[in-house]
Amino acid sequence: MARKFLSGNEAFAEGIRLARPQVISAYPITPQTIVVERLSEMVEDNSLKAEFIHVESEHSALSCAMGASAVGARAFTATSSQGLLYMAECLTYASGGRFPIVMMNANRSTALPWNIYGDQRDSISLLDSGWIQAYAENAQESLDLALMSYYIAEHPTVLTPFMVNLDGFVLTHTYEVADVPTALQADEFLPPFKTENKLDLKNPKNLGFSAGPETNTAFKYKEHLGLLNSKPIIKEAEEKFEKIFGRKYTGLTENYKTEDAEYIIITLGSISGLVKETVDWLRENGRKVGMLRLRYLRPFPSEEIASAAGKAKAIAVLEKDISFGNEGTVYTNVNSALYKHGLTIPSSNYIGGLGGRNISEEKIERIFDELEDRETKVTFLEIGGDR
Amino acid sequence: MALNAKTLSDEEYFYGHKACAGCGGSLAVRMALKVLGENSVAVLPAGCMSAVGFNFPQLCFSNNAIISTFAGTASMLTGIEAGLRAQGITDFHAVGFAGDGGTADIGIQALSGAIDRNDNIIYICYDNEAYMNTGIQKSSLTPFGARTTTTPAGENIRGNLRPKKNMFEIVAAHDIPYAATASIGYIDDFINKVEKASKINGTKYIHVIAPCPTGWGVATDETVDIAKEVVDCGLWYLAEYEDGGYKLNYRPKKFTDAADYLKRQGRFKHLTDDDIDIIKASRDKKWAYIDKNFK
Amino acid sequence: MKPYLRDKIPVGFEEIPDAPAYEAGYLVTKNAGWRNKRPVINSQKCVGCLRCYMYCPDGVIYKKDGKVDIDYDFCKGCEICRKVCKIGAIEMEAEK
Repeated sequence: MARKFLSGNEAFAEGIRLARPQVISAYPITPQTIVVERLSEMVEDNSLKAEFIHVESEHSALSCAMGASAVGARAFTATSSQGLLYMAECLTYASGGRFPIVMMNANRSTALPWNIYGDQRDSISLLDSGWIQAYAENAQESLDLALMSYYIAEHPTVLTPFMVNLDGFVLTHTYEVADVPTALQADEFLPPFKTENKLDLKNPKNLGFSAGPETNTAFKYKEHLGLLNSKPIIKEAEEKFEKIFGRKYTGLTENYKTEDAEYIIITLGSISGLVKETVDWLRENGRKVGMLRLRYLRPFPSEEIASAAGKAKAIAVLEKDISFGNEGTVYTNVNSALYKHGLTIPSSNYIGGLGGRNISEEKIERIFDELEDRETKVTFLEIGGDR
Repeated sequence: MALNAKTLSDEEYFYGHKACAGCGGSLAVRMALKVLGENSVAVLPAGCMSAVGFNFPQLCFSNNAIISTFAGTASMLTGIEAGLRAQGITDFHAVGFAGDGGTADIGIQALSGAIDRNDNIIYICYDNEAYMNTGIQKSSLTPFGARTTTTPAGENIRGNLRPKKNMFEIVAAHDIPYAATASIGYIDDFINKVEKASKINGTKYIHVIAPCPTGWGVATDETVDIAKEVVDCGLWYLAEYEDGGYKLNYRPKKFTDAADYLKRQGRFKHLTDDDIDIIKASRDKKWAYIDKNFK
Repeated sequence: MKPYLRDKIPVGFEEIPDAPAYEAGYLVTKNAGWRNKRPVINSQKCVGCLRCYMYCPDGVIYKKDGKVDIDYDFCKGCEICRKVCKIGAIEMEAEK
């Protein structure tokens, strides 16, 4: 284990190096570029033995990764924003084909207007593409997710591609100290990729075929099961991870002082750090507040949300995306979870950070203040509510 | 020794498929796989050959085969080649079979990328000159004058107004190690080009004319005959690009009448004598170029 | 190995694989029903030139004893074989 001063992108690249992908295919896009630059340097200096493919587009990046995965090779790609949208066709293809590719997505706003800064509209708009979606809070978690993602995605009961999301710039470009495990430790954690779902010269197969109305639902249900099956495997991965590396993760969510909290902000990604700080100092002032961080959006942590927020007087969902004409998608998902569990807690939606707009501690404090009104509303930070 | 009916493998790898009777594309796929053998890993994008070969549980390739995205034939081949090589496996042929639309339209970017990287793959374009799988719509390889369902021949417009995109020379302009044109009407020439491609390192491209009786408006038994005639009348040619130069494989001494070739097909029935003269003039211009620049 | 007909048609939930990936060359239906005429080889005339074998889009003509035979399970009756035969050794007969 070595302690290094790394940006989120660099930490992720370190994690990928330790995961030993055999094929890396990627196309540059801000703010993802650093991760693929570092990986190409690692290939150059032999600290990573992988085929680095300079594809000519994001569509080809994921298509190439699928080809590699389809012959049983461990594959990695990374993208962001427009690039993620450009490869959208391949997202459903990879999940339908049950190719356990890992992709890092640097969360970035989507055009138009053009904007290179962070929000989560890119990945959240593709929530239904059949990928596991995790959202890292900091550089260390980014590195650790790079390793854990393969363990989970490649598990024979899961066989589902895995997208790890890092907030653009705020996380991808911010330097923090992170522990970088040794290759020996990493190998102890992550076994080599083995799958039956491949083109095999000794046992030829036909892959990616058509399935008509008679069998299509069964294939799609099995794909759904793969995602659901990832829940216990995430737990299994984290337990093994803790044993080897000594760092503990808490599954689909992270509860921060929610146990006795009356007012809870549910959020995801790097903003969680600031919400935690706000919770800390409000608690110093006697306020019973807490935070629930969604580490995963797929599989969706319905039970975890219901259990953490069930006793709260009101909750707010703070997210960096908007489903135009409706509300924030995370909010929709959270409300569905609450309703399914018979909970009718006032819940409100705060949409912020679009196109990299800063969310200040004062804003977070005001959300906690407003929660005491126990309203159900949708608010755009800096702008206001529905008109 | 040249490959022929006697020396070619007796094995069949593409069998029981649901292609239309007389399908030229399926003949191209069948013969290429007979040349390349059981260690072929075939990639077929959305299109006729994947639609007719992969309907679970009717799976018509006995070798490894996979459907790619429409745009992703070449990029998936790249991944397959790299993935196998990364595992120390080298005794295989990564081969793609894409139609004219899958190659010259939606797939050209990925193809260009693969050639640029010189990935060790064989890319075969079976050209039936329109989007046949979706019902005969124009592609950029549809020839001038052809009636398709999106270039109807009426009083104002007489079918497709644009000439066929020159894929062979576009590919060659990448300085690819090997490219060739072929026709299923000259099957020995085709299989020998596939054989030759299989022995060359880097990216290989073969563009094979593969008539579609349904889309061309000919009887099912005419596929092979018309694929031969398009070469004999000079509207297609058999050539190779290798070591930076073009080579013509066959020079008809005298072209057969292109009007006969055109008039026997439903898609060209509406052409006037003037239209046919335009086609002949463009053919003659092309051959002047070929005679000057191809060895 | 040539793709061949199997007895089992996997359609039940348990029989269907988790991923769209299955044994190569797995056939469950024939193409014989597509035909209304069948090619018949006159083995007296056939000289074994193999042109029909080379040009069959379905690969249903196979070499046999220096000549050829036809797998009628998968012949679609396109007549290319008859057309390419230079000595007229293949004739079409109506299917009954």
